[in-house]
This record gives sequence, structure tokens and C-alpha cells, in this order.
Amino acid sequence: MTMKRLTLAAAVAAVAASGAVSGALTTAQAEDGIYIPLLTYRTGAFADSGTPIANGMSDYFALLNARDGGINGVKLVVEECETGYKTDVGVECYERTKTKGAVVYNPYSTGITNAIIPKTNGDKIPVLSMGYGLTPAADGRVFPWVFNLPTTYWSQASVFVKYVADQEGGMDKLKGKTIGLIHLDHPYGKEPIPTLEALSATHGFDFVTYPVPPKTMQDQRSTWEKIDSDEPDWLFMWGWGAMNPTAMKGAVDVDFPMERFIGVWWSGNESDVRDAGEKAAGYLAGDFHGVGDGWPLFKDLRDQVVGKDGSQTPDSMVGETLYNRGVFNAVVVSEAIRTAQGKFGNRAITGEEMRWGLENIVLDNARLDALGLAGFTNPINVTCQDHEGSHPVYLKKWDGAKWEKSTEWIEPMQDVVRPLIEEEAAKIAAERGLATNNCSS
Amino acid sequence: MDGTSFDLITVASTFIGGLFVDPFIAFYDRPDKLIQIVSQGLSAGVMYSLVALGFVVIFKASGVFNFAQGIMVVFAGLTVVSLIEIGVPAIAAVLLAIVVMGAMAFAIERMVLRPLVNQPGIILFMATIGLAFFLEGFGQTIFGADPKPVPIDALAIPDGKFKILGDVFRKPVRIYQLDLTALIAGGLMVAGIIVFLNRTKIGRALRAVADDNQAALSVGIPLPFIWVVVWTLSGLVAIFAGVMWGAQSQAGFSLAVIALKALPVLILGGFTSVPGAILGGMIIGVTEKLAEFYWRGVLGDGVEQWIGYVIALIILLFRPQGLFGEKIIERV
Repeated sequence: MTMKRLTLAAAVAAVAASGAVSGALTTAQAEDGIYIPLLTYRTGAFADSGTPIANGMSDYFALLNARDGGINGVKLVVEECETGYKTDVGVECYERTKTKGAVVYNPYSTGITNAIIPKTNGDKIPVLSMGYGLTPAADGRVFPWVFNLPTTYWSQASVFVKYVADQEGGMDKLKGKTIGLIHLDHPYGKEPIPTLEALSATHGFDFVTYPVPPKTMQDQRSTWEKIDSDEPDWLFMWGWGAMNPTAMKGAVDVDFPMERFIGVWWSGNESDVRDAGEKAAGYLAGDFHGVGDGWPLFKDLRDQVVGKDGSQTPDSMVGETLYNRGVFNAVVVSEAIRTAQGKFGNRAITGEEMRWGLENIVLDNARLDALGLAGFTNPINVTCQDHEGSHPVYLKKWDGAKWEKSTEWIEPMQDVVRPLIEEEAAKIAAERGLATNNCSS
Repeated sequence: MDGTSFDLITVASTFIGGLFVDPFIAFYDRPDKLIQIVSQGLSAGVMYSLVALGFVVIFKASGVFNFAQGIMVVFAGLTVVSLIEIGVPAIAAVLLAIVVMGAMAFAIERMVLRPLVNQPGIILFMATIGLAFFLEGFGQTIFGADPKPVPIDALAIPDGKFKILGDVFRKPVRIYQLDLTALIAGGLMVAGIIVFLNRTKIGRALRAVADDNQAALSVGIPLPFIWVVVWTLSGLVAIFAGVMWGAQSQAGFSLAVIALKALPVLILGGFTSVPGAILGGMIIGVTEKLAEFYWRGVLGDGVEQWIGYVIALIILLFRPQGLFGEKIIERV
């Protein structure tokens, strides 16, 4: 074989291999079962965060197919579409998959979520943005097709402020303190700002932001020098992907006190703090589900899916924060399908029926127990008005080697957050001319 | 005076104050912070210089602007990290990475450069853009897309910090051992490259090719060999840059974007000057960090993203060849 042929063969092999990695779409669709497209990102700067979520979701759906024959005898047809966490690519994935009978979208990007929300009314396919996305979408009267259960960024931000107040000795002690927010300069990273500004005005603390551009999130030195110079009393973080471990290194470099550094639930994965190790001990992060593999469901996953054909999950990933979040997301999807089937029959459901399932989902302690997830999360109770469904958040602490639960479930300041959600939802409804459902029926 | 005029005067005075007064008051108030920011700028500058050096070495010898230099830095860094991950001792991993980059240089010469010899520079530039995309896809296939932590312990890279002048200022100035390592090792590497280019037979041949490749060919200097040498040399720089950049955060594909920050360094220092790449890196690094820290109030967050390009454009106005580049005079 000549050198030129060898070159061509190598190039074709490389392109083919990279195509396999990027999860090229197949011809799967609804006629084979219940079609669930997954907008994932296993490549790019955010792959470190996107991969365990994608694995958790895929593994749970694979478990249902392998162990139970699907849901009530109907197989789940799961297809990944690689977005690279890019909004335009995510929208393209949405457009390419929606005609195949998609019952729900899990975009795993606030940018993609915000971009496809305007399409949901017409396409009649619900979006489940679990713990991310557009916070005002929790008002189900304005956003009937969007569900951001079990809690939102604004609820979480208010929980953080409550925690800080508790540590300082009461809400009145917040006056004169400074709370900083280091965040990805992206729609996701800016989400908590309205709530923190409102709480700053109400409780008299100073609020300072430190944006980190996505393109240079691995070079945060200037930002951390600014933080070191400003000396905020507390620092919150809304980071994602490679921003998180870089920020941990930045905090260590400027000796920021870890016990006063609190990350959003997307800045609380093991990969975010593992590099910093013991130097990051004391760092706190919010969460809305359990961490670890101490639930019977994870034994099933290990026995029947992980390590088998089709699973991309290394055994060590089972029980990690973002893997568990992917599993939890898939549990919510499948329980909503089950709920919808209870009303519409044990068959492949439609997007509209899935919307009903999400709005009437029953995920109480008894059901969690039956799923092998007793105590894994706070019970979820979605209503027509409230698509947030649960609200409480707990804080966990990094001890240098693993996460430990640091607080009990903390109820958000609903008296502040809910009016903000309704006010912003009404504003969006007026701007976009959206009809409002009064939820009377 | 009406309200609009008053508002304009207020905005203008705030802007002028933020630009010309406030930063200098801050210098005076917190000299420790000024020293800290300058030292960080120098550290960032070393990193930019290392990437710029890779561009310069190739451009100097072949006139090719290698757009793939950024991804080569990532590729080289990930090669070292991945080899250590699978249990190869650190020294062996670095040596193997040199072999890999040499093999890559050979392959690029055979498959990309040789078929395009004597083509206009823009064609070669386009080819390196294609090469960058290929290396990114190929690299993700081999190494996976996840960023990887650089095993600094295995590579014996110190990660601590010294605190100095604590009794002079309100807060001590922190000097990071990682930065010092980059500075010292980077300095040695630059010295080595300068000696190689100026004192060795291959170095002289390389400069001859750079001056006139047809003339060089006519006196028996093998062009393909020289190209392999410069691309390998650039790969060596890439290994060092990839490991040091990665040690500051993680080694991953997003570093390729940061590597492009070397572009204003090249414009400033000149595309053909090794000292220019070093000094240009320092100037851009320090300016970026000072601007981001002291002038972000008036110039906006993220000023460090673009201020380097502004400086480079200003330099272009007065010295199109950069501060140290060779002035090209074409007679007609």
C-alpha cells in the first residue's frame, strides 16, 4: 500500500471513530417503543460534567429494558445526540429528533433549554430541566410544557443565603456583609443573580459578581486576585465543566477560606474537587439527591448494566454525584411515563400525555422505597401551578476525599422566591404574548 | 445646565477618573497587590511566550503560519499525561511524547507540507487549519474528551507557594512555585533554542532555508529534513507548554483556545523573532492582568480577553513587522 493510501485509510478510520464518539443519530424512533432523545455532551470542555450525567441516564433506561422489559411492557428507545454543550448544536439535535416521536427533552444546558422553550407550545413535547434552565418556568400557568423540578436556582440561592445567615447568627447579621458570586459568564451562570440582588436589597448585604468567560475558564487568576482583594465574607459559585476544578485551584492559591465557599449543585461533583483534594476540605455545595452507592437500585445497575455491552460507565463512577443525578433524572422521566400510562393505557405515550404524567407524577417516600431509593431525595409533588415540585436543598461538605452531608434539608425562602418567579413569568408572558392557564381544571 | 448635559459630564468624569485616576490610587494604596498582579502577568506571559515560540520556530524556517500550534500543545500535553496515567514512568512518558511529536512532524511533512511545496503561503496556512481540526478529532478519539489532571507529583513539578514581604505590606505577596518552574525551565528552553539556531550546523541550515529555500536547496540543504526538524522542535516546545498550561488547571482540549492568545504576542514581537516572542509574551501578559484588575471597572469584565489584540493592532500601525520582526523590503 502506498503512503497516500495509508494516509487516506488512517484519516477515514479517525473520522469514523470520532463520529462514533460523538453519538451520531441512528434511525431509532417511536414505533419501536417510547422514544427518548438525550441531548448529551461527551465531548468538549464540559465533557467532564456531561459524561457522568449521560451515563447515569442511559444506564437507568437500559436497566428498565433489561430487568423489567421497559415500562409496563413497552420498551424504551433511547438515542443520544451530542451537543458539546453548544446551544446551536443542541437546537439542531432537538429539530432532528422531535419528529421521531420524542416524549420529553432533557437538554442539560440552560442555553439549550432557553432556546427550545419557545418551541414547546407548538411542538407539544415537554422539557424536563431538572435543577437548571429558566427559573421562572416553575410557574406552570405560563410554562405548561416546562418542568424544572425538584428545585430551582433561585430556591437554591435563597437556601445559601439562609445558611449564611444561620452561620452569622441571624438574618439581621447579614447587614454590612459581602457575598460574592463567581459564575460562568453564560445564561446558566447568571441565573441566581436576580434572587441574590433582591435578597441583597432586603437584607442589606453587599452583592458582588465575578464573571468567568467560558472560553478562558481555565485561566481564572485575575478573577481570584480580584476576589482576594475584595475579601468577600462569603463566596458562592455557579460553575460548570472545567471552570470548577480551576476555581478550586484559584481558591486554594489565594487561601480563600473553604468553609465560606459554597457551590451550586453543578459545582459539587467529585471531579470538581478531587484534584484539590485535602486543600479543598471544608468546601460546601448544594444538592437535591443522595451521593454514594448505598441504595439497592445501584446494586441492580451494577449487576445488570454497568460493565456490560452498551454501558460506558466505569465502575468507579457509580455513586458519584453527577452519575446519580443522571440516574435520578431518568427515574423522574420513567415515573412520569408510568404515571401517564396509568391514565392513558400501557402503550407508547405521546408528548402531550408525557406532559400530563410530569404534572401528576407521584414520587413520595413509598414510591422511592419501591424503586430502591429510600431517602435518596425529598418527595416530589408537582402541581399545575408549581412545576418546581419539591424546593428544599441540603448542603454537603468535601472532607478532602469524599462528600459528607453537612445540613438537613433547608426550605428556600418561598416568600421571596415564589413572588419573584411569578413576577418574572408574567413579564415573559406579556413580552412573548403567552397565554396563561388559570389551572382551575 | 440641563439634566442631559449634567448626566453626560458625570459619565465622562467617572470614565476619565476610572481610566486615569482610580487605578493609580489603587497602585499607591495596595503596592502588594500591584506586585502580585505584575508577577501573575509575567507568569501568564511566560505561558504565552511558550506557545508563541512554537509558532515562531515553524514560521522562521518555512514561512508557514501553523494554525494547529494550539492543538499541538494540547496533543503533546495529553500524550504525557495519558502515558503516565497508564503507568509509564514520568521521564519515559516525556521521552515517548518527544518520539510521538517527532513522528507527527514526519507525518505532517510527508502528508501535508511536501505535496504543497512551492504553493502560496495562504494554501499552507489553510492546510494547517485542516490539520488543527483533524488533530482535535483524532486526539479526542485517542485520549477521550475529558480534561485530565496533570500528575505534577510524578513530573516533580512543585505546586506550593512562597509568601514574601509579609512584614512590609498589609498582605504578603504570593510567588507560586509552578510559575517559577515555568520561568526557569522556559528560560532554559529558549536559551537552548537560540543556541541551536545560531551555533549548530542544522540551525544554520534552518536559517538558510528561512532566508531563501530555493537557494538553500541549490547548495544541498535538504528541505524535507529541515521541515521535520522545525516541526519536531515546535513539538518539543508544545510538550513543555502543554504540561505547564495543564498544571495550572487541567490538560484538555479547551486549552487550544487559550493557546490562541499567543497571536497578539506574535504580532507584537514579530513572527520571526525568538526574543520577540519572549518579550511580547511578557508585555501582553502583564498588560492583560493589569487591565483586568485595575481597569475592568471602566473597560468592562473580561477586558483581558481583548486588550492584547488592541495593543497588537496599535503596534501594527507603527511597526508592521512587530517590535523585533525583520523588516521585509521587496524591490520592484
